Amino acid sequence: MLRYALRRIAVTVPTLLVIITLSFALERLAPGGPFDQEQTLTPAVRANLDRLYGLDRPFLVQYGNYLAALAHGDFGPSLSQRDFSVGELIRQGLPLSMTIGLAAVLLAILAGVPAGILAALARGRAGDHALTALAGLGIALPTFVTGPALALLFGLYLHWLPVAGWERGAPRYLVLPVVTLAIPVAAYLARLTRASLLEVLRTHYVLSARARGLGAARVLWHHALKPALLPVVSYLGPAVAFIVTGSLVVETVFALPGSGRYLVQGAIDRDYPLVLGMVIVYAAFTLTLNLAADLLYGWLDPGARHE
Amino acid sequence: MAGSIRGRAMSETRRAALWGAALLRLRANRPACLALAVLLGVALLALFAPLASPWAYDSLDWHHLAQPPTLGASHWFGTDRLGRDLFVRTLHGVRLSLLISVLASVLSVGIGLAWGAVAGFAGGRLDEWMMRFVDVLYALPYLFLVIVLSTLVGRGSIAVLLLGVAAVGWLTTARIVRGQTLQLKRREFIEAARATGLPTRAILLRHIVPNLAGTVAVYATLTVPQMILFESFLSFLGLGVQEPHASLGNLINAGAQEMESAPWMLLVPALFLVLLLVCLNLLGDGLRDALDPRES
Repeated sequence: MLRYALRRIAVTVPTLLVIITLSFALERLAPGGPFDQEQTLTPAVRANLDRLYGLDRPFLVQYGNYLAALAHGDFGPSLSQRDFSVGELIRQGLPLSMTIGLAAVLLAILAGVPAGILAALARGRAGDHALTALAGLGIALPTFVTGPALALLFGLYLHWLPVAGWERGAPRYLVLPVVTLAIPVAAYLARLTRASLLEVLRTHYVLSARARGLGAARVLWHHALKPALLPVVSYLGPAVAFIVTGSLVVETVFALPGSGRYLVQGAIDRDYPLVLGMVIVYAAFTLTLNLAADLLYGWLDPGARHE
Repeated sequence: MAGSIRGRAMSETRRAALWGAALLRLRANRPACLALAVLLGVALLALFAPLASPWAYDSLDWHHLAQPPTLGASHWFGTDRLGRDLFVRTLHGVRLSLLISVLASVLSVGIGLAWGAVAGFAGGRLDEWMMRFVDVLYALPYLFLVIVLSTLVGRGSIAVLLLGVAAVGWLTTARIVRGQTLQLKRREFIEAARATGLPTRAILLRHIVPNLAGTVAVYATLTVPQMILFESFLSFLGLGVQEPHASLGNLINAGAQEMESAPWMLLVPALFLVLLLVCLNLLGDGLRDALDPRES
């Protein structure tokens, strides 16, 4: 297990470095800069601005400085929001984004896994077909369609929940964003759980447990469920990546001041340090959770460690 | 000489039989057939309807601003805040989405096929390095790289964006193709080809690649909706197609901002997007079942 863990970590760290280097290189080598939009810049002012932000230095020097600052947790100043540093913007936005993301993962597991178990137990009957169709739809619908659609239905027509906004994190404002994010993951989990449980229920040891006279519920709970949930664990990594992506959409749709919105706005404003910082934070977050999911899987399934 | 001609004729009959059987199975799959018909209909509509309509995607109709959909009126699906015809704009969006996603899929499946087939057939150290490279790329959250890329090329440069998306979309295909190639190359007919002294490249092109056609067709079909999703996702965030051009993504975004007073501006493009995605997924699943009866 320790060797497996070390090997997984040994892959993760260079990946993060590759991401940092690649994003940095892409941003700096590109034509066009953050000061292009302001029309009346004399060459002297322009040169001063470039010097202030270190944009006139050689590429490798900029890269070295950036890495050194990064090691101290300094992401540099934001170019579009002049009064803030990138670190401040990240600290402002990240807690909200993480709250929404974690709530969505929890909701997806709580809704998707039981739905999949029910569908597998009702195999071939109307309930199974309905759940399967619903799951198919949930997977096919993108968040930027379900989000506005839910806001339209529950916000504008039924008036049950606010359409958008935040109000310092009042739970009512977070219901629709969390549900929007959770739907596709829950649908995927339901489908996965159903397929995997059906497979396990066909195995010999489940049959023999039933033949020994154990009740259906006991066999399900004590014998079938644990192995059936292994694929679910392995899907948690991709699910996290999905939630991270989805948070960009959800924060835009519901006008939430999370870090995803800063990333999108930074990309539109060509705010290099902001985009770079956000990408690095998000990448580190995704990679860490992927690593955690891998380790969990390796712990549950010893066979996976030797692949 | 005569032997080889007969051999080729026979292999072509067998291939025809394989595809024929697949076609029969596909035809028996009601949802997939329906999906194919709907897709063809929407594609034809997207190609020709904008030509038939008196409105262009960017022409303004000052007499009908924010008009709700009305059958029989001059704007079937209504107009947006600027009086632009939503029917024409949505179909323009569909056309753009289909074009981009089909091109990106062809590109990414092509790269994946070449990469996977070479890695799987070569084996050994080369295979290991090629697949390690794929693993590393897999771990990259490539959405962010595309966002970074899209800040660079200037918003709206779809061609570069397309390349960026396609360049990362080939990973799954490469993995699957490699797996299939590994199985194929242990088969007798490959050994026979080797024994007759056929050069490696010829074995790859003549014996391996044609046998991968089914897999590749399935993955190409399943890649298209992913690409559509990706393009409209970026356009929705304001990083893809820009006004006045229409894409399903930026239409949905514009509609979401107006949904309080004009819900149709959101619903029309959203329904088209959902229709495309559901149909493409159904067709892809149908193709997979048809070409690989073992799985179902």
